[in-house]
Amino acid sequence: MTHIGSSDNPLRVAIIGAGPAGFYAAEHLFKQKETAVSVDMFDRLPTPFGLVRAGVAPDHQKIKSVTKIFDRVARKENFRFFGYVEIGKDLSVEDLANHYHQIIYTTGAQTDRALNIPGIDLTNSHAATEFVAWYNGHPDYRDYEFDLSQERVAVIGVGNVAVDVCRILCRTPEELAKTDIADYALEALSQSSVKEVYMLGRRGPAQAAFTAPEIKELGEMADADIIILPEEAELDPLSQAALEGADRGTTRQVEIIQSHAQRGPSTKSRRLHLRFLVSPTELIGDENCCVAQMRLVKNELYQTDAGSLRPRATDQHETIPVGLVFRSIGYHGVPLPGVPFNEDWGVILNEDGRVMDNDTGEVMLGHYTAGWIKRGPSGVIGTNKPDAAETVEHMLADVEAGKTLQPARPQPEALVDLLTERQPLYFSYEDWLMLDELEISRGTTLGRPRLKFTTIDEMLAAVGKQ
Amino acid sequence: MKVSRILSTKRREIITIQPDQLIREAIRLLAEHNIGVLVVVDEAGQMAGILSERDIVRRAAKDEALFGKPVSEVMTDQVITGVPQDDIAQVMHTMTERRIRHMPILKDDKLIGMVSIGDIVKVQRDEYLGEIDTLETQIMAEE
Repeated sequence: MTHIGSSDNPLRVAIIGAGPAGFYAAEHLFKQKETAVSVDMFDRLPTPFGLVRAGVAPDHQKIKSVTKIFDRVARKENFRFFGYVEIGKDLSVEDLANHYHQIIYTTGAQTDRALNIPGIDLTNSHAATEFVAWYNGHPDYRDYEFDLSQERVAVIGVGNVAVDVCRILCRTPEELAKTDIADYALEALSQSSVKEVYMLGRRGPAQAAFTAPEIKELGEMADADIIILPEEAELDPLSQAALEGADRGTTRQVEIIQSHAQRGPSTKSRRLHLRFLVSPTELIGDENCCVAQMRLVKNELYQTDAGSLRPRATDQHETIPVGLVFRSIGYHGVPLPGVPFNEDWGVILNEDGRVMDNDTGEVMLGHYTAGWIKRGPSGVIGTNKPDAAETVEHMLADVEAGKTLQPARPQPEALVDLLTERQPLYFSYEDWLMLDELEISRGTTLGRPRLKFTTIDEMLAAVGKQ
Repeated sequence: MKVSRILSTKRREIITIQPDQLIREAIRLLAEHNIGVLVVVDEAGQMAGILSERDIVRRAAKDEALFGKPVSEVMTDQVITGVPQDDIAQVMHTMTERRIRHMPILKDDKLIGMVSIGDIVKVQRDEYLGEIDTLETQIMAEE
């Protein structure tokens, strides 16, 4: 037999997860010409694009335009998409090893990091990621219920997910109606009684994880004012000193926060209170076990040996009345059955993309990873491009060195035979294109970018699988 | 961005040496593993210091008999360490200001990894490349 990577024996690669990291990995595989590659991409949802569809806020359509690049990759001759196929359920890692020379795990970070404080499991306390998946029409979350009859809401965290959640809670129905937010979420948010939203950061203005454009946007909402306490916008001496060596983005971010803090009294219907140097210590429930209050402790910053500024609780406390809480202290990866996983950081430990066995620390031949499940949730969508490229470079070097899996059935048809047996309802890329066109045309009549299908049954029916 | 982001994608193995071993042995380890620093651990497994190629060169310039000296005489024993939750931006600042190239990372006082200035340059580069790519994509989308 000819060597792996020749045109009659192409390198067969399985990519698990159809988000940005998966598509950038495929793009990089196709970019080089030395090795002939054939890529199959799997996703547990019928629809591709991962968090671009289910995470990026609906009022940020421009960010979603990156799917045009992914679409170009998906139309390559040697690319196949198999949606609605779950690894660990429909196919096992052993099945994959039986059909592919190399496997890349790009499953991202699908859940939220836990916050262990008393009362966190009370009714009306949620992970922000659930709310995000809900308003974006993720089939697994569309039936969640959020009590938007509450007037006072707290969002714990100041990262970009927290910012998105606050913005969506503060937007007017008119602002939201121009987006591709799920129709049931648009309806629920149009009836919302939310008046006061508290966004809580445990460190100061200079350490917040949101970016300057994100914080600027919070000051430009149609019917919500941003309120920042002037004393909390001031930098402590440690932060002031750190700012001297900081990048322009951080300096700009602090300037915007301080200018928001100088604004006059609020005139709009909703208020977004951005608080710094506070940590929730407890959620207090009412007689029905619903969130009623949140206890906060004031923090101060101290410097670690390595130079970071970390929060430390003082003895000052306060209590704010809130009826709905979203915790947003970071995404966390979910383990795949049969694949090593590091619970601490929510990642697959790896050496520049080569998956490592948890116990021995040795590289596992043929298994790779890219994106958030490789490095943890950080950066923008584009950060996954150099990240995936690094992994692919190592994959190609391993092919060159003859270090690949030895699949018994590498023929592309063999995988289709297996799927026909295990998950005959799988979605091809053509099926997705059909769904995409339908969603867009349903949206056009309403003056919206698209109207999403949000249940698997609807999707199956739309492409004639049921 | 946290230090854990660097450790997630790095080989866990940390090359160590004992304080009473000789510099000759240290140089062999540095060359064999193609690295710039060794962690010096005592018999109890506690970190006693780090020994960098810089430490060796500085001493070798005035002491030609260095090869036969014990590691404990040359190593840096005042080590600046980090934790996985440290911000990469701040670690970069500290390494630049203090002119250090390696920072051992501890978790619950146990050594779990090493971050080098090269690791930091790499994640910063990827971060900027990613931001540029995302901005370009958005600008193209407007047209």
